Amino acid sequence: MNIAEKNVSLSVLEGRAKFIRTETVRLSRIAGAGHYSSTFSCAELLASLYYEQMRIEPAQPDWEDRDRFVMSKGHAAIGLYPVLADLGYFDASELDTYTRLGSNYGDHPDMKKVRGLDFSSGSLGHGLSVGVGLALAGRMTKRDYRSYVLLGDGELSEGQIWEAANSAGHFGLQNLVAIVDRNGLSIDGHTEDVMSVEPLGDRFAAFGWDVQRIDGHDLAAIRAAFDSLKRGDHGKPQVIIADTIKGRGVARMEMSLDWHVGNLVGDDYDDVMAELEAGLKPYEPEAL
Amino acid sequence: MTKDMQDESEIFRGTTTGTTKLRDAKSVRGTPKAGMPAFVLGEELADIADSDPRIVVATADLASANRTNDFRDRHPDRFVNFSIAEKNMITAAAGMASTGLIPYVATFASFAAILGAEAIRTDCAYPKMKVRIVGHHSGMSMGFYGSSHHALEDLGMLRCMADLTVVCATDANHLRGILRASVDHPFAMYIRLGRGRDPVVYNDVPKIEFGRALRVREGTDLTIITCGSQVRASLDAAETLAGEGISVRVIDMFTLDQMDTAEIKAAAMETDAILTVEEHNITGGLGTAVGEVLLDLPRNKFLKHGVPDNYVEVGPPAALYAKYRLDVDGVAAVAREFLKA
Repeated sequence: MNIAEKNVSLSVLEGRAKFIRTETVRLSRIAGAGHYSSTFSCAELLASLYYEQMRIEPAQPDWEDRDRFVMSKGHAAIGLYPVLADLGYFDASELDTYTRLGSNYGDHPDMKKVRGLDFSSGSLGHGLSVGVGLALAGRMTKRDYRSYVLLGDGELSEGQIWEAANSAGHFGLQNLVAIVDRNGLSIDGHTEDVMSVEPLGDRFAAFGWDVQRIDGHDLAAIRAAFDSLKRGDHGKPQVIIADTIKGRGVARMEMSLDWHVGNLVGDDYDDVMAELEAGLKPYEPEAL
Repeated sequence: MTKDMQDESEIFRGTTTGTTKLRDAKSVRGTPKAGMPAFVLGEELADIADSDPRIVVATADLASANRTNDFRDRHPDRFVNFSIAEKNMITAAAGMASTGLIPYVATFASFAAILGAEAIRTDCAYPKMKVRIVGHHSGMSMGFYGSSHHALEDLGMLRCMADLTVVCATDANHLRGILRASVDHPFAMYIRLGRGRDPVVYNDVPKIEFGRALRVREGTDLTIITCGSQVRASLDAAETLAGEGISVRVIDMFTLDQMDTAEIKAAAMETDAILTVEEHNITGGLGTAVGEVLLDLPRNKFLKHGVPDNYVEVGPPAALYAKYRLDVDGVAAVAREFLKA
């Protein structure tokens, strides 16, 4: 499938991003805990990748020429499972087992259990190396698929990320695309307080990457960034730094340190679902 | 301490390239022993890759030391040098394996297994990626390079990882057999090598079946269960002991996580005592693994011999083997004392 064939409107993608958020809230209730805010920050990115950009064929999850996706920030898998079910990789009713004993769907995703998942994740800092391997394999086997890796910004403190970034630049893996969900927070605080990642664009550029920086909740900007990526497997690896808002979509969670993992119950659950159904409102940071 | 032991410097020879071998050999003390076995890793993998396009080889700035440059020269498009970034190498290999390739990644065992342990477990074993991690210069074979470069814990660390097959290669032909058998093995593997130029035990390539040990000498009084560098030492010690009227069986228990329990039980039933000999910390390695099997059997006379639970002293490899009684005389002496006890 290519982009033209998909011909997805931005309003459809907006709906899918909303679906990712509401499913995250629903599944978290089954588990009694969920990574709400880390998933909300990448909802538009996931929707754009899976419903528009990626060359995938859900009926053939092992298709050798498919684009690959590595969710390096594996704790946001709760937002990916509903997408995979929605696309037909597995029956959506399976999601009701989420995190329950024997389920295929845990907090961090297992490729041996989740149909359509290209690689397992959970231990932060590994995903970009997986992407390097996938990109090298594509080059070796002369397949023109692209490898997308979704990185969190907190995990950029892991040294292995920069081993991978360095090797991707050295090998000129233009078929590797990293997307940084730059939501600004890790568990203990603002990244720039806990461990700075800026100037992030300059850091990747110094390792030999092509860098774009966009508003990661603006679906038109996301589309434009993906559409401008270069094809081919020799050149420069490409990174899209997506500035996002952790917890985007639920006012009480936006840029809050209290909702990295949480559990909505009772009226709170209903209120949040209603807030999400109403659609994104402009982000209004609390006055200092 | 003999002068010969202090002159031991095979580690340097191991890092010379094919084209500069003679020059480098002259530049270090000691000269290569005539007929010293070749480091066959790269050559054998290149042979396999001639007819199997899935084979990929990677290293971490050690293409000369582990002779993966022999592979690189023949299959440059399927060779990757990740430089000194072992975690990235192992995880990237897992990514390659997810597409159907079969990567062999080689570096010093201390960095492959100990530094790379989490990448091995999380990215190779857990998702059942057919990555083959080759840890060479294992044990204390790096000698005076010190504990940072020793791997005396790798077997213990990796043996308890599910869906990871751990094997030790004894010599060049054994390594060839292991590599050939490894290609279609359905799990991730850790292949532990010594210096890669290890003394000959197998004159031909043995038939390899993972989970099946190789009995390399028959005997009735004592069974030595060993692996890797200690197979040759144990065989020579057995020869010495034979001259004293002691009959020693020697088993190459090269397959460490799938123990050959039948072979251990046979040794327990048919010989009077069992001694394990390993170039590894006495905790968690081969001896521990054999002991776990023996727990299920009637009481046996059993002793573990290996490196004490300490960081070993600095010294040339041969001197260290002598000090820790992992050379021929040392193994023979340990066996003698054990049988008398």
